[in-house]
Amino acid sequence: MTTLVPGKSLRVAFGETITELARTDPRIVVLDGDTGSSTRTDIFENEHPDRFFQMGITEQNMLGMAAGMATLGLVPIVSTFSCFIVSRAHDSIRVLIAQPRLNVKLIGGYAGLLAGMTGKTHLMFDDVSIMRSMANMTVVAPADEVETRKALAAIVDYPGPVYVRLTRPNSPIVFDHDYEFEVGKAVVVREGSDVTVFSSGTQTARAYEAAAELAREGIEVHLVHVPTIKPLDVETIVAEARRTGRVLTSEEHTIIGGLGGAIAETLGEHAPLPIKRHGLMDVFGESGPNDALLDKYGISPEKTADAIRRFVGAR
Amino acid sequence: MTQTIAKSPEELADIARQARIRILEAVAHAKGGHVGGPYSAADMLAALYFNVLKIRPEEPDWPDRDRFVLSKGHSSIALYSVLALRGYFPVEELQTFDAINSRLQGHPDMTITPGIDMSSGSLGLGFAGALGIALGARAQRRDFTTYVMLGDGECNEGVVWEGAHVGARYGLDNLIAIVDHNKLQQFGWRGETTSERTTPYTGSQLADRWRAFGWHVLEVDGHDIAAFLDTIDEARAVVGTPVAIIAHTIKGKGVSYMEGDYTWHSKVPTDEQFALAMQELGAEKGGGQ
Repeated sequence: MTTLVPGKSLRVAFGETITELARTDPRIVVLDGDTGSSTRTDIFENEHPDRFFQMGITEQNMLGMAAGMATLGLVPIVSTFSCFIVSRAHDSIRVLIAQPRLNVKLIGGYAGLLAGMTGKTHLMFDDVSIMRSMANMTVVAPADEVETRKALAAIVDYPGPVYVRLTRPNSPIVFDHDYEFEVGKAVVVREGSDVTVFSSGTQTARAYEAAAELAREGIEVHLVHVPTIKPLDVETIVAEARRTGRVLTSEEHTIIGGLGGAIAETLGEHAPLPIKRHGLMDVFGESGPNDALLDKYGISPEKTADAIRRFVGAR
Repeated sequence: MTQTIAKSPEELADIARQARIRILEAVAHAKGGHVGGPYSAADMLAALYFNVLKIRPEEPDWPDRDRFVLSKGHSSIALYSVLALRGYFPVEELQTFDAINSRLQGHPDMTITPGIDMSSGSLGLGFAGALGIALGARAQRRDFTTYVMLGDGECNEGVVWEGAHVGARYGLDNLIAIVDHNKLQQFGWRGETTSERTTPYTGSQLADRWRAFGWHVLEVDGHDIAAFLDTIDEARAVVGTPVAIIAHTIKGKGVSYMEGDYTWHSKVPTDEQFALAMQELGAEKGGGQ
């Protein structure tokens, strides 16, 4: 497999970026759900202790308090593990943040399959489906540290509630430093003619490595990264799907209702084409080393290549 | 510009009486809505909006206003009635309560109703929002006070106690929580007789719980307006801890057949019941349609 250059984790990029943004943006405050040493809001606390608010293990309360702070013109950045934001505090988000369109940024850390030996409780891979179905909510899943930095800068100035999906491990670099992130825009990562693959989040790096492997076999993947799952870049999705006439979606997330769901819905209405959703298959997670989890649950670069190969071969 | 308008306890009681008339008119017109909780809260809401809160009804979003959050959001019609009487919107608009396209939703919506500082309705969440306003105000070094009213049934919710931990930890003395302790909730627990229902809090238990979470607790008769105003003054003077005022009230207060009857949590009066209530509330003295 061709491998990308190693990069920092999205969580470290997050901690560093909000710390930097807060130097010039006095609206930014951080609310931490007692996970700052993991999600790396500790970086922010060290530099801006008077704008860091420890909320303890009170997720429903924390999201509600963030809403109250947002009514005063502050930009609360709420950080804890994705499962505790999306599942545990869902009602607070729905009632106090999404419906009133309050300017709260929800940073779901440790999302996806690779949450460090935590298992079924913490492995959150229906977060995108849940947040995407909530009215007024924007959903962003960056690919690497570069995009995480650019995306955070953009969403702090993007009015209204935004859910950002971050992950735990160090992640390969997909984007150059001159990459420009725009909320609601998908981006072609690799040109190809045999199949369009849409991916989001840190799965894009695996899809990229899979595409490089498949190129040696003569299968040219047209890879499109979709960092904003809502609002979806319908124009780009339809255009890039039509370029090859067949579509595979790939995500570190359930195939139900996430990126794959969103793209299937969109193409179903705008450009019906053969489509295969690749991702996690209506299951709960378990503890284990990252490589073993990626392999068992079928989203490693190798397994991603297998999925694309099978899909292309079946046509 | 007018911020508070000092009214005597007697005048405030009359405003609360008018609010109770408007509440029942609106519920009867909408053929649905809550009555018992709005009636237990009406005296305190009248006192707050006409004598305590620094507000500008003609400028509902005045940045330096005191904030009020009705966390027991199902009592919205009580708040709407007092807001209308205070001049936030025409009293005639109360007849649109719960109607399609109305600004007066079943539960408060900060995006459409003048004077609503925080949406609420899912119990316990308005309290969290109010705590956030108070903490944010402190971060911004702003000088207003945040008031939040909870129900006693609402105190069943875990999120209330999450917030109680955090509010005490931050010593939010710019926040005053008022618990409308009317001793009933929608259905509650079966009591001694089949018609009696209860909350999990008897005697001083609710006050004890707030105290145990580190709050400065005051208790008052929520229908004794003079005493309530004194208690608010006392609460405002507390430094270093948030205050919980446990206001002992009667659900359905003001109408004889509703008082203490849990079935009036949410119910539409018959024509006969409506007429009797209007008589007891002195509608002929003014205040109704």
